[in-house]
Amino acid sequence: MSLRSYVVARVLLTIPMILLLLTMVFLIIRVMPGDPADLHFEKRVDPETLAAFKQRLGLDKPLPIQYVDYVAGLLTGNLGSSMQDYSPIGQQIFSAFPATLELAIYSAAFAIIVGVLLGVRASRSYNSIPDHTIRIFGIVSYAIPVFFLGEVLIMIFGIYLGWFPTGLRFSPRMDAPQGLQLGGWRLATGLYTVDSLLEGNLTKFLESVRYLFLPVLALGTVLCGIFIRMTRSNMLETLRLDFVTSARARGLKERAVVYAYALRNAFLPILTMMGLQFAALLAGAVLTETTFSWPGLGRYLVARITFRDYTAIQGTVVFYGVIVALVSLIVDVLYAYLDPRIRF
Amino acid sequence: MSVVDIESLSIHYLMRRGNIRAVDDVTLSVRKGETLGVVGESGCGKSTLGLALIRLIPYPGSVVGGRVLLDGTDLRSLPEKEMRQIRGKRIGFIFQDPMTSLNPVKKIGDHFIELIRTHEKRVDKAEALDRASRMLETLGILPERVNDYPHQFSGGMRQRVMIGLALALNPEFVIADEPTTSLDVIVEAQILELLKRLKEAFNITLMLITHNIGIIAQTADRVAVMYAGRLAELGPSLRLFADPLHPYTQALLSAVPNVAKPGRVLSWIPGAPPDLASPPPGCLYNPRCPHAFDRCPREVPRLVDVGEGRSVACFLHYKG
Amino acid sequence: MAGGESRGRIVVQLFPRIASLRKRGLAGWTTLVGSVIVVTIIAMTLVAPWISPHDPSAIGVGKPPYPSPPSADFPLGTNHLGMDMLSRVFWGGSTMLQVAIISVIVCLVVGVPIALLASYAGGMLDKATSLVMDSIYAFPGLVLAIAIAAMLGPGVVNMALSIGVVYIPSYFRVVRSQVLSIKELPYVEAARTIGARSRSILFRYILPNVVPSVVVIATINFADAILTAAGLTFVGLGLSVGIPDWGWDLTWGRQYLTTGSWWIIAFPGLMIVLLALGFTLLGEGLSELLNPRLEE
Repeated sequence: MSLRSYVVARVLLTIPMILLLLTMVFLIIRVMPGDPADLHFEKRVDPETLAAFKQRLGLDKPLPIQYVDYVAGLLTGNLGSSMQDYSPIGQQIFSAFPATLELAIYSAAFAIIVGVLLGVRASRSYNSIPDHTIRIFGIVSYAIPVFFLGEVLIMIFGIYLGWFPTGLRFSPRMDAPQGLQLGGWRLATGLYTVDSLLEGNLTKFLESVRYLFLPVLALGTVLCGIFIRMTRSNMLETLRLDFVTSARARGLKERAVVYAYALRNAFLPILTMMGLQFAALLAGAVLTETTFSWPGLGRYLVARITFRDYTAIQGTVVFYGVIVALVSLIVDVLYAYLDPRIRF
Repeated sequence: MSVVDIESLSIHYLMRRGNIRAVDDVTLSVRKGETLGVVGESGCGKSTLGLALIRLIPYPGSVVGGRVLLDGTDLRSLPEKEMRQIRGKRIGFIFQDPMTSLNPVKKIGDHFIELIRTHEKRVDKAEALDRASRMLETLGILPERVNDYPHQFSGGMRQRVMIGLALALNPEFVIADEPTTSLDVIVEAQILELLKRLKEAFNITLMLITHNIGIIAQTADRVAVMYAGRLAELGPSLRLFADPLHPYTQALLSAVPNVAKPGRVLSWIPGAPPDLASPPPGCLYNPRCPHAFDRCPREVPRLVDVGEGRSVACFLHYKG
Repeated sequence: MAGGESRGRIVVQLFPRIASLRKRGLAGWTTLVGSVIVVTIIAMTLVAPWISPHDPSAIGVGKPPYPSPPSADFPLGTNHLGMDMLSRVFWGGSTMLQVAIISVIVCLVVGVPIALLASYAGGMLDKATSLVMDSIYAFPGLVLAIAIAAMLGPGVVNMALSIGVVYIPSYFRVVRSQVLSIKELPYVEAARTIGARSRSILFRYILPNVVPSVVVIATINFADAILTAAGLTFVGLGLSVGIPDWGWDLTWGRQYLTTGSWWIIAFPGLMIVLLALGFTLLGEGLSELLNPRLEE
């Protein structure tokens, strides 16, 4: 199968998956176990206000019509209106998302880099103390709830040692990074680390890194375990292969042998694993953001729960679903591009 | 004048079910300019012996006793860094399977360049590439192919490349571990021819490890026969083949088909090799030996000089 | 006496198992350590009413100011409401364990039969269910659990349902892959040719082979369920405030970190880690014992 037909087939598969997710979320919010509007107010409001509320949000229409409106709305990018103040949810999501994206990217990078390095180190000294220590670390790190690790880090590095801030995304005493101004246009990514560099402001860059450090450390540590294990096992297999022994027999430096020869073979599985771990990354981000008061989508979602803003919850969850579906699509296509055997 | 001296070398594999004595008290020397053949059936320890000389025995094996001297230097006591410098430069190693021994993602030329530049740091890429091309020519491969990948070569040509890599830096000593076992007979002949030619041209000292007696007979000056991790017999190849002394060597030679005697029934050796984790006492060949007598299961026979440059580890040939 | 005899018999049967676990090397040790941790914590939770020095929800049991650090009277200190942390540690696992157990039961009761039927039947049913399951599986588990728990409201069963739904696809996939590989094996085909009914094939041939994998995934799933339950509690869903729970302590204790009251989160947090670790080790060990990898 050519790459093009694979991509087409894969995209076509994504559509029913997203539709399925939308329907699922719709059913969860609208159907169980009672009316979302009723639940929002918990019966503490008079019938007239309730009726007006429902009408404004379209919650008074029959269920099938609500469903059609819902799907149609999503196709145009309308994620609904908040129950709290009728403001468009899509806007709120898009303003909160960059913070989550930034956290996610750096945490993923941390998890992969640390995981692979430790995995390689473990595989090079099979069955020794460093090997066992690293393996134990890999297992234990996954068993730690990310919010507990976050709190411990805050305690030690934020409060006791005072090296890092204990919450938020940026210093309240400075303006947030704005990105690059070109005439009337502004080029900004929403990622503070990137935007501060675009602005050319090193102080802001360092400040944004300071705030990122602990959350990334927490989320990254919890996720790196799987990469440690995978890299280690791939490396053990590859290092046993003949061409590694023959490379050593030619007197090549151990580092060259390990990294140039063996690691190249481990790369593709790492890519797949990252794709699979993306959902876990997002889930962990929700907890991390809550712990560190990080103003991302996760914290937004949790706040909406407190306000019983069910339409906002619905919109956010749908957004998560779409993002995951898209990332999974990209990873699959990338993998097919790199490894022709997959396209059968 | 010996290039390599192996003194009482013992190598064990430490497994959960016990110590496997892969190589047991082997003493051997390789003289300058000679081809020493090490022959024996699968599992007799010859490959382990070869890898031990360059300290690349796979886990869980380890050398438990003895010394290996390269031109008088004790290789066992060297720090890893110095050992690494010896590998590829002073000792070359030719592996059995050329399919898996070359890095599939590296060009052939890059294999050479990497090798040269690791050991001779001053050499620049252009010069290394040049030497690589000339090496390929010597091997009988078109020099343009220096930019090709391993999978673009046939098995025989890959083995030539392996040989070339082993010889590129003109090592004092070359070990070839079953260099032709994975090749068909015609290619095998070509490779042996190449080895012979290179050996004469560069005056190489070669240790040739194989289970194929035919190759040994063709190419070796002296032969060491191994059984169950121990040396059975050692001597100049012509004399050894004409008049084998150890019962195992005799049995081995009679098991080889001879085109000149088509009617002869092939003989085989009854029994099986001993369990190296718990070997029986005395001579290890004793259970299968047609000439065994009372001394054999009681004592371990030592390798004894019987004159004419030959030694045997068998009580039949003990004097007194 | 009858009681002692049967107890003795159980003990006699247990010890050879433990001894044989020792022989299985690293995998056996992992399983052993994991089981010990899990059993100890479960036991601790069960006897909590008898070993707790105080009522875990009783306010102001110690001397103010609260929160007070660990001392002789209160070995693990008290939280900001003056509740004894030691008692809260003893009691706090109970809800989490209940939620985990119920969610695993939900997964087994719903996920395994669906998987067996759909993958054995094949065709459109298999494709359709796989699509649904894959969609759920790809989704960030906690987010979905949050959505469901938000709608269902607090309570042990509701939490268990939210978590169960999220993990059903894992069970589905494991069972399905086993069924698919067994379905085509010659001896199953042979059974079919002699006219065995699908139902009996499923029960007698396929199910027994599926059980080991299900046991493994259930054990590992326990660990995930505990962590997800803790996560749900942390964001404020799932439980009413009055019940002592380790997750709750981690939520409340956050604010008191700035004043240096580390003991409110430290001990409950460690307990969660231990419990999750215990199940993970147990799962890993079992996985190795039941489906040994050819690593050496």
